[in-house]
Amino acid sequence: MKYVDEYRDDRIAMALVERIRATATRPWTIMEVCGGQTHTLIRQGIDQVLDGAVELVHGPGCPVCVTPLALIDEAIAIAKNPRAILCSFGDMLRVPGSSEDLFMARAAGGDVRVVYSPLDALEVARRNPERTVVFFAVGFETTAPANAMAVLQASRLGVTNFALLVAHVLVPPAIMAILMSPGNRVQGFLAPGHVCAIQGWREYEPIAHDFGVPLVVTGFEPIDLLEGIEMLVTQLEQGHAEVENQYVRAVERDGNPAALAVVNQVFEVADRAWRGIGVIPASGLKLREAFAAHDAERLFPWAGGIPASESEVCIAGEVLRGRAKPSNCPAFGVECTPATPLGAPMVSAEGACAAYFLAGRTKEASPA
Amino acid sequence: MCLGVPGKVIDTFDEDGIRMGTIDFGGIRRKACLEYAPEVDLGSWVVIHVGFAISTVNEQEAARSYALLEEMDNLEYIDLPQDPDGVRPEHLPGGAV
Amino acid sequence: MTPDPPTASEEAIEREVRAFAMRCPVPLEPGDTVLLGHGSGGALTQALIRDLFVPTLGGDPELSRMGDAAVVPLPDGTRLAFTTDGFVVQPAFFPGSNIGELAVNGTVNDLAMMGAEPLALSAALILEEGLPLERLAGVMASMAEACERADVRLVTGDTKVVERGAADGLYVTTSGIGVIPNGVEVGPERCRPGDRILVTGPVGSHGVAVMSRRAGIDFEADVRSDTVPLTGLVHAMLAAGDVRCLRDATRGGLASVLNELAQASGVSMTVVERDVPVLPAVKAACEMLGLDPLYVANEGVAVAVVAPEDTDAVLAAARAHRFGAQATVVGEVGDPPVAVRARSGLGTTRPLIMLAGDQLPRIC
Repeated sequence: MKYVDEYRDDRIAMALVERIRATATRPWTIMEVCGGQTHTLIRQGIDQVLDGAVELVHGPGCPVCVTPLALIDEAIAIAKNPRAILCSFGDMLRVPGSSEDLFMARAAGGDVRVVYSPLDALEVARRNPERTVVFFAVGFETTAPANAMAVLQASRLGVTNFALLVAHVLVPPAIMAILMSPGNRVQGFLAPGHVCAIQGWREYEPIAHDFGVPLVVTGFEPIDLLEGIEMLVTQLEQGHAEVENQYVRAVERDGNPAALAVVNQVFEVADRAWRGIGVIPASGLKLREAFAAHDAERLFPWAGGIPASESEVCIAGEVLRGRAKPSNCPAFGVECTPATPLGAPMVSAEGACAAYFLAGRTKEASPA
Repeated sequence: MCLGVPGKVIDTFDEDGIRMGTIDFGGIRRKACLEYAPEVDLGSWVVIHVGFAISTVNEQEAARSYALLEEMDNLEYIDLPQDPDGVRPEHLPGGAV
Repeated sequence: MTPDPPTASEEAIEREVRAFAMRCPVPLEPGDTVLLGHGSGGALTQALIRDLFVPTLGGDPELSRMGDAAVVPLPDGTRLAFTTDGFVVQPAFFPGSNIGELAVNGTVNDLAMMGAEPLALSAALILEEGLPLERLAGVMASMAEACERADVRLVTGDTKVVERGAADGLYVTTSGIGVIPNGVEVGPERCRPGDRILVTGPVGSHGVAVMSRRAGIDFEADVRSDTVPLTGLVHAMLAAGDVRCLRDATRGGLASVLNELAQASGVSMTVVERDVPVLPAVKAACEMLGLDPLYVANEGVAVAVVAPEDTDAVLAAARAHRFGAQATVVGEVGDPPVAVRARSGLGTTRPLIMLAGDQLPRIC
C-alpha cells in the first residue's frame, strides 16, 4: 500500500533508532497522546529498542477509554429502549459501563449495530423511520467533522429520527492538564497526526511557548514515530521548545478549513469529564442549540442512577497522565486484564494498559 | 486515535447533495465523503477516516521528506536483526529474495 | 426489547432448567448467557468447550483432544475420522463462494487435517420460512459441485424449517467420515522444538471476503473467499515427509491455531511477521478496519508443523499443488513454556495471545 508500506521499511527504522540513541545524552520523557500511536509503539517494541535513550509514557489518547461511565450507561439504556437503535464504532462495544457493556446489552436483546462511518448510521435512520437511531459520537477532533456532516445531512434531508450521543474530547486542553498537574515528568510530546490534519498546529504554539516543551506533529507508522521522536530528542538536546511537523504529507499549520467550518457550525466547545481524570474545562464538544432536535441527551433524558464508582485499585488517572506506566499498577495482568478490565485503559486495544498487556509486558516497580 | 488510511480517488459523484468519491486502497474500494477535500480530483491521494477524506496527501512533500530518510548516512551500515529461526530465502514464495 | 413476563409453563420450564443446572458438574451463574464471542473460535469458545461441554459429556478422551476431527477406531483396527460442523455464515452468498460450498469444503478439510481420505458427508439443513427456493437450489448446486471437486459423496441429510425471523435464511450442518491410512499419524500434541511452521497460502482472505458484503462494513474488494478442498494438498505433503500436525486456520485465524497447537504440545512458537503471506487487497482491508490478518478466518489455508529435516521436501510438495502455490515457512517451534509470539522487523517480539472473542473493527 502506497504511503503505508514505505513507512514500515525496517532498514530506515533501524537507522532512525541508531540516530536517536546517538543523539540522546540522557533519557528524555516523551508522551504520545494518540491511541493509534501507542498501539504501534508498543506492538513494534519501539519503546524497548529505545530504552535508555527515551522513556515513552502514554497519554489519554484513547477517546474510547476516556468516555465517561455515565455516557456509556446512557448508551446502553438507549440500546435497550425499543424505540431506539444504537449505532456505534466497533471499539465502544466492550467498554464496561456500571454493570455491563454494549455487547452484553445486545446479547440481552438491545438493538446495537456496529458501523464504520456516521453516514452509515444516517442510512440506518432512513431505513428505519419508525425508530430513533442514535449514533454514539465518540472521538477526538479527527472524527468531529464526520459526525458533524452526519447531523448536517440529517438536518438538510429532514431525517428527524437521527441523533448523536456526543462524547467528543479535544486534545490541547488535555495536554495542558497534563503539563499543569503536579509531578508532571513529560518533557516533550508527539502530537497526534490526524487530529492535526483537521485542527492544524497553531493551537500548540502557545503551549510550547508557555510551558517550554517541544511538540512534534507525528504520523502513525513506525518510521513516522521514530522520525518524530528523533526530532523531539534533537530539540530537547538543544534546549528548544517549538512545534514542528513530521507528518508533512498530511498536515498543514492551518489544518483543514472546510472541516473546521462544518464542525463550528454544528458543535460548540463545552466542559467534558474524562474517565479516570475528571472534568477538564473546555475540553469537549456539544451540539449547538440549532441542532438540539438531533441531541440524544435531550431526546432520551437520562433517568438512570449515579454511575458506579471506579475500582479503587485502578490507577487509570495516573496512567492517562503519564505519571505511571500500566506495568506499575499492582492489579496489572492480575485482577485487571482485557477480559476482566478494572478501568478504561485496559478495555480498548488503544488503551495503554491493554496495549501493554497484549504486548506481554510484565509488572515492574514504579519510577522513583 | 484516528485510523486514517491513504487511498487514491478513482471516481467522484454526488450523493444526497454532498460530494463523494470511490477510493482505491490498493485493491479494496470504498466510497468516502470528499466534502472536506474540495480540491481533489481523479488520481489524488487522500487520507480516509471513518468514511471521510480528512486530508489530501501532499505527494511532493512526501517524496521530498522520504528522500531525506533514504539518504541517511548510517543506512548502509545497518544490519537487520538476524532471525535465529533462519528463514531461508528459498522458503519464501517466489524463491530467493 | 423488554421481554414479556413469563407464563406459567415457561416458569415450569425454568424450574426444570435450574434443576438440571444444579446437577451439572460445572457451576453456572443464573443469568450467564451465550455471547457472540462464544462462537469466535477464540478463548471464549475454548472455555465453553473445555469447561462446560467436555465435563458435562463425561470427559471422553477423544472429545478432550479437540482435534479438527475425532479418531474412532473400528473393531478391525481401521481408524475412522469423524467430524461435524455448523455453518451460519452471513451473508449466505459472498465473493467467491456461498454457505453450501463452504460447508462441504470445511468438513472435507477437517477430515483431511487428520490425514484421512474423506468418504462421505451428511448435510442437515435448517431453513427459514420464506427463503426463496431459488437460493436454496443455488446452495444445493454449489454443494453438489463441491462434492464432486472434493471427490466425496453426500449420502444422507435432513431438512427442518423454522419460522420467519429465525435462522437468517438458512443454516447448514455437515458431518463427515473418512479413513486414516495406516502409518499416518498427525496430531496437535506432536510438535517439537526445532520444527518449522508452514502455511499453505496467504491468510485472511476468507474473513475479509465475508466482511466485504456485510452491512456496516461494506466495500468492493478484489478478494474472494479462499475456500477449497485441501485433501490432495495435504496428502502430497504427508507423502513428502514428517508432518507433525495440520490444522485448517478457520475462525480465529493463524494466531488462534498456533495457540491451540502450542498448548496441546506444550511448546512455544515464533512467527516472523513479515514472512506471513497476505494478499495486497486483504492487507488493505485489514488496514482500513484495524484488523490483524493473523487473526482473520481462512477457509483454504492449512497450517502445518513439519520436522526440520523434511521442511524443504514438504514445502516443495505443497508448492507443486495448485492450492499450495504460495506455501511459505513462517516460523519455528521453540522450547517450553507455552507461548506464541510474533517477531517484528525491529527484532522485537510481541505475544500472539488467544483473543477472547472476535476482533472488532476499530477507529483508533
